[in-house]
Amino acid sequence: MTAPIETDVVIIGAGPVGLFAVFELGLWDLKCHVIDILDKVGGQCAELYPEKPIYDIPGFATITGQGLVDNLMEQIAPFGAQFHLNQMVTRLEPQDDDRFLIETDAESRFLCRTVFIAAGGGSFQPKRPPIPGIEAFEKHSVFYSVRRMEDFRGHDIVIVGGGDSALDWTLNLQPIAKSLTLIHRRDAFRGAQDSVNKMRALVDAGQMTLKIGQVIELGGSDGNLDTVSVKTADGNEDLNCTRLLPFFGLTMKLGPVADWGLNLHENLIPVDTEKFQTSQPGIYAIGDINTYPGKLKLILSGFHEAALAAHAAKKAASPDERVVFQYTTSSSNLQKKLGII
Amino acid sequence: MAKITFTTHDNQTFDVEGEEGSTVMETAIKNAVPGIEAECGGACACATCHVYVAEEWSERVGNPEPMEEDMLDFAYDVRPTSRLSCQIRITSELDGLAVTVPERQG
Repeated sequence: MTAPIETDVVIIGAGPVGLFAVFELGLWDLKCHVIDILDKVGGQCAELYPEKPIYDIPGFATITGQGLVDNLMEQIAPFGAQFHLNQMVTRLEPQDDDRFLIETDAESRFLCRTVFIAAGGGSFQPKRPPIPGIEAFEKHSVFYSVRRMEDFRGHDIVIVGGGDSALDWTLNLQPIAKSLTLIHRRDAFRGAQDSVNKMRALVDAGQMTLKIGQVIELGGSDGNLDTVSVKTADGNEDLNCTRLLPFFGLTMKLGPVADWGLNLHENLIPVDTEKFQTSQPGIYAIGDINTYPGKLKLILSGFHEAALAAHAAKKAASPDERVVFQYTTSSSNLQKKLGII
Repeated sequence: MAKITFTTHDNQTFDVEGEEGSTVMETAIKNAVPGIEAECGGACACATCHVYVAEEWSERVGNPEPMEEDMLDFAYDVRPTSRLSCQIRITSELDGLAVTVPERQG
């Protein structure tokens, strides 16, 4: 295993609040690494509503989710934060030297004195389709992503969904499958037209099957799937199936945050309103994931929390230093950091 | 105001008043109708405010837009009159609307 990256602060979550924390921490000379489970920055703003206008960001009568994210990236550019995308923090552990060790599922490791949890509604994870008893087949026969294609060779594969993930894996796995069936609830697909055309050509050539319907039941034992029952317009039908890949989009789950030994209240992290610190000194929680009396889940509240938590983190990290509060409008020191002068 | 009746999967009914201009989802949340989660807050981004519109109302409520159809792919037990309630805007035309809440949301 490689040596951990040593840094001042690790920010968990690259949504708007996590991004603005880079700015506030940067003004105090604290260097940040930012980790996010998505393959892009922006969190919910970028994933759920990039095109939707937001009307309550101070100073912007209207701005889209993606517009806000783009502006924040421009604003924090001078601080050179490093981003670690497409990975989930799986471990957060205090060390003997008052630092924290952080590990991700992509085997990145970090050592830092301060942690900012800005994880919003939690991590985006594949949505489990509400088919009764599906949990029992997960990791044996039911998968939400393809890590190794070889694990699918020679199987009766059923893929469910109508987006790019479902279509891409249909095209990739069809050549190595014993049989492949794509199930979608309607005969219209969200995915790229080219993929749809290729899929339809395979169906016409008799090399795979397309079913219009919904999976209602799974059959099998000991985690091993044998059949799936599909409800179609012509009634129910059983298909042979030893590998099921449902692609039902993403949902937000608290995820491993629950395992880090922090006090939680209804899946949120209680903090004080002076420092926005959690029950563990050195770990701060800002944005939608925290709770305190009067909390409102607003982006602007998260920005405020980032500013106060950054100030608190600076004081904690440099107990002997006189921490002088300054304004970006007038402080030459801050303007240097921002690259203006 | 328009009267809206929500029926849950276990046959509880909720008769509530919906304000014109607001959505059926907002009305459900305001009145704590069980079974409507609205995880994304009405951005048509999650499919957890799924309802079945009563047959006799289906035509007046209308069909989903393509974006809503795409999101309905992620809902559970989608039927011909399925809609995402955040996308049904209340008008005086919908006074008396009846919808059923599915057993679960996605």
